[in-house]
Amino acid sequence: MNDDAFLRIADLSVGYGATRVLERLDLAIGKGEFVALLGASGCGKTTLLRAMAGFVAPSTGTVAVDGRDVTLMPPDRRGMALVFQSYALWPHMTVARNIGYGLKLKGLSRAAIDRRVAEIETLLGLEGLGARKPAALSGGQRQRVALGRALAVDPQILLLDEPLSNLDARIRLKVRHEIGALQRRLGITAVIVTHDREEAMAMADRVVIMEAGRIAQQGSPEEVYSRPASSFVAAFMGAENVLALEGQVAGGAVHIAAGRQSSSATLTLDGRLLSSGRLEARFRAEAVEMVAADAQASRAEGLTIAGRVEAASYLGGGWRHSVRVGDQTLFADAARPFDSGAGVELRIPGDKLFLFNLPTSSSAPDATALEAAAELSPAAPRGPVERVLQAS
Amino acid sequence: MMAQIDVTSASQDRPAMGVDLWWIPRGLVLGLLAFVIFGPLANLLLWTVAERWYFPHALPIDYGFSYWGRVFAPRGNATEALANSLTVAGLTVVVSLALAIPAGYALARLRLPFRAVILIAFLIPQAFPNLTVYVNVARLFYQLGLNGTIPGVVLVHVTHGLVYAVWIATAAFSAVDAELEEAARSIGAGALRAFLDVTLPLAAPGLLASAIFVFLESLDEFTGSYFVGAPDVNMLPLLLYTAGAGGNYQVASITALLLLVPSIGFMLVVERFLKSDVLSKVGR
Repeated sequence: MNDDAFLRIADLSVGYGATRVLERLDLAIGKGEFVALLGASGCGKTTLLRAMAGFVAPSTGTVAVDGRDVTLMPPDRRGMALVFQSYALWPHMTVARNIGYGLKLKGLSRAAIDRRVAEIETLLGLEGLGARKPAALSGGQRQRVALGRALAVDPQILLLDEPLSNLDARIRLKVRHEIGALQRRLGITAVIVTHDREEAMAMADRVVIMEAGRIAQQGSPEEVYSRPASSFVAAFMGAENVLALEGQVAGGAVHIAAGRQSSSATLTLDGRLLSSGRLEARFRAEAVEMVAADAQASRAEGLTIAGRVEAASYLGGGWRHSVRVGDQTLFADAARPFDSGAGVELRIPGDKLFLFNLPTSSSAPDATALEAAAELSPAAPRGPVERVLQAS
Repeated sequence: MMAQIDVTSASQDRPAMGVDLWWIPRGLVLGLLAFVIFGPLANLLLWTVAERWYFPHALPIDYGFSYWGRVFAPRGNATEALANSLTVAGLTVVVSLALAIPAGYALARLRLPFRAVILIAFLIPQAFPNLTVYVNVARLFYQLGLNGTIPGVVLVHVTHGLVYAVWIATAAFSAVDAELEEAARSIGAGALRAFLDVTLPLAAPGLLASAIFVFLESLDEFTGSYFVGAPDVNMLPLLLYTAGAGGNYQVASITALLLLVPSIGFMLVVERFLKSDVLSKVGR
């Protein structure tokens, strides 16, 4: 963590009554950086954002902006602007008055306010809507007014609380890129809260994945996607397939013992922090190379699992199969569909197989906890499962 | 009203017959309803313009406005009573809202302990028989020198009207999303500024409704006005009572009409402003 952080959260704990929402959390955000707080609902990401904004009082810890402690400052003195999930536009004011309100508070002249409001309206494509009330706008327009209202005051830090979750899918993709481009153009420091990992990766320079009031992992989108630091992060980043394996670590490599369905394999450690014992393997459906069971053995380094196709469903661009492996079901993608009932081999390349040590003592309850975490993560898990079930 | 709506909707469901005989009972019921509602009102209106009207005659013998002149004579009781009633009602509204706005805001926004108990506490003045309460209030006010004064009557009306004021104000503030206020805070508005610019304008229709309720309650209030106000502070309901008891139906009817007009006018306003999102939060 760099010392010249612009926004610094140190040792921050927040609790409502007896429940702890944030647990001694540290986070440093550089000037001009776009950080996404990503997590399942209830992980404390919105509470963290509200604590930054000054709407939640922490029980311990500090929030500092540019070296200045703002922990005890009211929200209006922090130089931050928050865009709410509900947009929170004032229904009794026109679009122009909504956007210009912060400027009026600063005591700007009428002409200066009008000029700045026109500027913001042009920037966000809201020309000609200035006289309308929020009720007469579409969802996308309201979202842009909310953004414009926050940007108009030229905040040091822009905070966005799930700003896209109320938009429909197509507009969401468009606005996602617009906000990203705008942030880079204005060079503003921004923090976005989201539960959508694609949204976080597409918009932010750094993704902070939160789990139960703590930071599970942070890094560039590519880093957290391809090198998840824990089973939770792997599951949250879409590696829903989970296998229990036995592994021996020796000489910079991990040797995986053959299981009932899986082959033995030797993988280079490649920076993985593992010790010998029970392992949990996670991988994405799209990382799998799926071949018929009678195909020639693979020469590449990786793990091979034998299974039987249960069902296939077309996702657009490829087929997703649910494959029965022992007493569990894994998901695997292939360019062409396999018949249900067909014997297949799933080959997972070593660099796409995420391995984690299972805690030795209480392994069983932990495994269910991980499954529960996987249930919570959005988009990927639910959809395909249901579609496959319908197909079968 | 309900009966009317039910009847019309029922007629739409029924397939049209050659001659719909249903109009007979329907007409009878509606006619009866109209008579029950408008009969006394028509009688009241007739009495306000009757010069002479006694037993065997179904309608007044002479019509005229001489009683109006008498009621509104510069030295007449009614002018004074009307002025007193309006002053007291106006002051009651001001005092009630001055208490209800902060109280309603606190009850709506802050996580107060015993919130329900506090809300119920405002009901207490209504919960006991009025007479016993006001006789004791009168005894107390005598000692304080408040009996027979306008402030005394206003105080009594405030305790009476506060339950409407606080309950409706609480509902009005609850109906304003707290995030709207936070949005103002986050772009630089202080707590008071955000309240004045965002919360208050958005709660205004509900607050107006509560003001009207309090005004009407004060205008109609009899028992408290009688024990605390009379005979020094003469009010419209007291005038109505004395005129009615003295057999002066003309003066009583004119007074009643004076009390009725603002009630109907304000009810129409309240009906327009008190939206369902506020109503659904009353007493919560």
